[in-house]
Amino acid sequence: MSIYIDKDTKVIVQGITGGTAKFHTKQMLEYGTKIVGGVTPKKGGTEVEGVPVFNTVRDAVEQTGANASVIYVPAPFAADAIMEAVDAELDLAICITEHIPVMDMVKVKRYMEGKKTRLVGPNCPGVITADESKIGIMPGYIHKKGHIGVVSRSGTLTYEAVHQLSEAGYGQTTAVGIGGDPVNGTNFIDVLEAFNKDSETEAVIMIGEIGGTAEEEAAEWVKANMTKPVVGFIGGATAPPGKRMGHAGAIISGGQGTADEKKRIMQECGIAVAETPAVMGETMIKTLEENGLKEKCKTH
Amino acid sequence: MNIHEYQGKDILREYGVNVPNGHVAYTADEAVEAAKKLDSAVTVVKAQIHAGGRGKAGGVKIAKNLDEVRTYAEEILGKTLVTHQTGPEGKEVKRLLIEEGSDIQKEYYIGVVLDRSTSRVVMMASEEGGTEIEEVAKETPEKIFREVIDPVVGLAGYQARRLAFNINIPDELIGKAAKFMVKLYEAFVDKDCSIAEINPLVTTGDGEVLALDAKLNFDENAMYRQKDIQELRDLDEEDEKEIEASKYDLSYISLDGNIGCMVNGAGLAMSTMDIIKYTGGEPANFLDVGGGATAEKVTEAFKIILSDSNVKGIFVNIFGGIMKCDVIAEGVVEATKQVGLEIPLVVRLEGTNVEQGKKILEESGLNITSASSMADGAEKIVSSVK
Repeated sequence: MSIYIDKDTKVIVQGITGGTAKFHTKQMLEYGTKIVGGVTPKKGGTEVEGVPVFNTVRDAVEQTGANASVIYVPAPFAADAIMEAVDAELDLAICITEHIPVMDMVKVKRYMEGKKTRLVGPNCPGVITADESKIGIMPGYIHKKGHIGVVSRSGTLTYEAVHQLSEAGYGQTTAVGIGGDPVNGTNFIDVLEAFNKDSETEAVIMIGEIGGTAEEEAAEWVKANMTKPVVGFIGGATAPPGKRMGHAGAIISGGQGTADEKKRIMQECGIAVAETPAVMGETMIKTLEENGLKEKCKTH
Repeated sequence: MNIHEYQGKDILREYGVNVPNGHVAYTADEAVEAAKKLDSAVTVVKAQIHAGGRGKAGGVKIAKNLDEVRTYAEEILGKTLVTHQTGPEGKEVKRLLIEEGSDIQKEYYIGVVLDRSTSRVVMMASEEGGTEIEEVAKETPEKIFREVIDPVVGLAGYQARRLAFNINIPDELIGKAAKFMVKLYEAFVDKDCSIAEINPLVTTGDGEVLALDAKLNFDENAMYRQKDIQELRDLDEEDEKEIEASKYDLSYISLDGNIGCMVNGAGLAMSTMDIIKYTGGEPANFLDVGGGATAEKVTEAFKIILSDSNVKGIFVNIFGGIMKCDVIAEGVVEATKQVGLEIPLVVRLEGTNVEQGKKILEESGLNITSASSMADGAEKIVSSVK
């Protein structure tokens, strides 16, 4: 088992004719992801990497039976692309695009209320279930199949964590990048809840960063509901207040969103917090040992 | 992106938000001219810098006649103001806002921000005007009232009235205050603001509701559709290296340390700063070269780091995803050829095309220390700058 995606997930690529999308369509196909179609307005009837291109998401879904979408559409048009995916009633829309205006995302979230689609992102690396399906931009080879769930606000920091786990012999179920924007589709709690229910996942690592209070809220949720051990890390302990650290959501404002406060609350809620990014893997292994899960989770 | 108070007030005026009359002045002569035009009983001379706390630092003066306007203008222009938001080095005043004085009855606070938990815009109001809202939140949180706004409807009339009643605006001014709030929200949304803070909002002796101060910040991601706002950017208020970096779409922030960092990805870039500090060093900057960086962009990034004379060593930490390690390596080699390299350089490469990247660095003949992991890299760079 895994969460959100598996080998049967049928994916369309929105914005497939753009440079980045083309490159990653090829990479995803090579990984084994079932890419069944692409969408670019006015490019319907053409092909990219042997994948048929359609004018609208609805056409693509009707013709291919896709149930998920990955969005590489440029920021000014990305909110519209998300809404088109939601309108076509896909189960999952993963938005890789960064720099989408916040007010656009506020409207998108309002539009999505009461609709069935789960949005992951925007401004995220995507979702990967090792050896089954890779939807996004992450380097596939570092991911090994196993029992650790990974959820993160940052792309490269996720690679760092996954790499440490895989090197040490601990594979993962699914890695979900929820993105670095202040308004996103799927939050830590959604993913933690899914991992908690997933029979293959034995433990979860959540990687947060400064800004907002999503980690604090997730920590409270873990304390109240989570039956599996959780390890955490927060990036940005040395970030100055009032400065946006690359990600639109990574900003300490009004004394809120500091790394220290997040770590403190996570620890209070029973989460083992890695002191530095270099020991995310080690901290997980230690936690597995304490919970008698080390043998079970050692995959290679 | 930040703008000056007078620019923020111009925008608010356009939207029908009530603000005092005023004009910008770059010289003492212009200040006197502006005051003449205003022809008010008292005139306020306000320093325009991108930071709060100007009043306490001596950047706001009340003039009773034109001579005083000139005296204060001469005093404040060219002065370096140090406030809790400028850092110890302060900021030099180059512009003034010359504004008519108001007969203040009472001060309030109004703020509009994004509420991340609900993914909606929220308007906050308090009758503790003039003080910082963070302090009010800490001391008397019950005095802050909030209305979460539906983006389809906008700030509803009843929400605005409820805020006005909650903060005890006098009955006869409830209508004016509610209108003020509705218009403020319209400006916020239309102009893609990230913060709109009116502190203080005041009621006056002649029965007006006015924005005495205005702080507007904007969503950088929306600037492509806000050309008029972009033109308000004041480069004097920004760090030179940050301006240079923004030309190449690099995300760069200056810090006080001596170890330059070049990283891909915001999360990893922040964590690289963290681990340098944890290992006993001090990072000189945050730098995310982004996912789609070219060798040319990496070269520019490297030059920006080296232009900081505090930098005594550089740590390059790359985990290639979209970013390919060989591209980074080429950029590093090219940059050192162009600008020379006399300080220690530690490079850690991992991810896409890592072997090609390492090969390029080895064959370059440059004096580069390679690191096997993030921790290893941090230790090597910290010990080499000591």
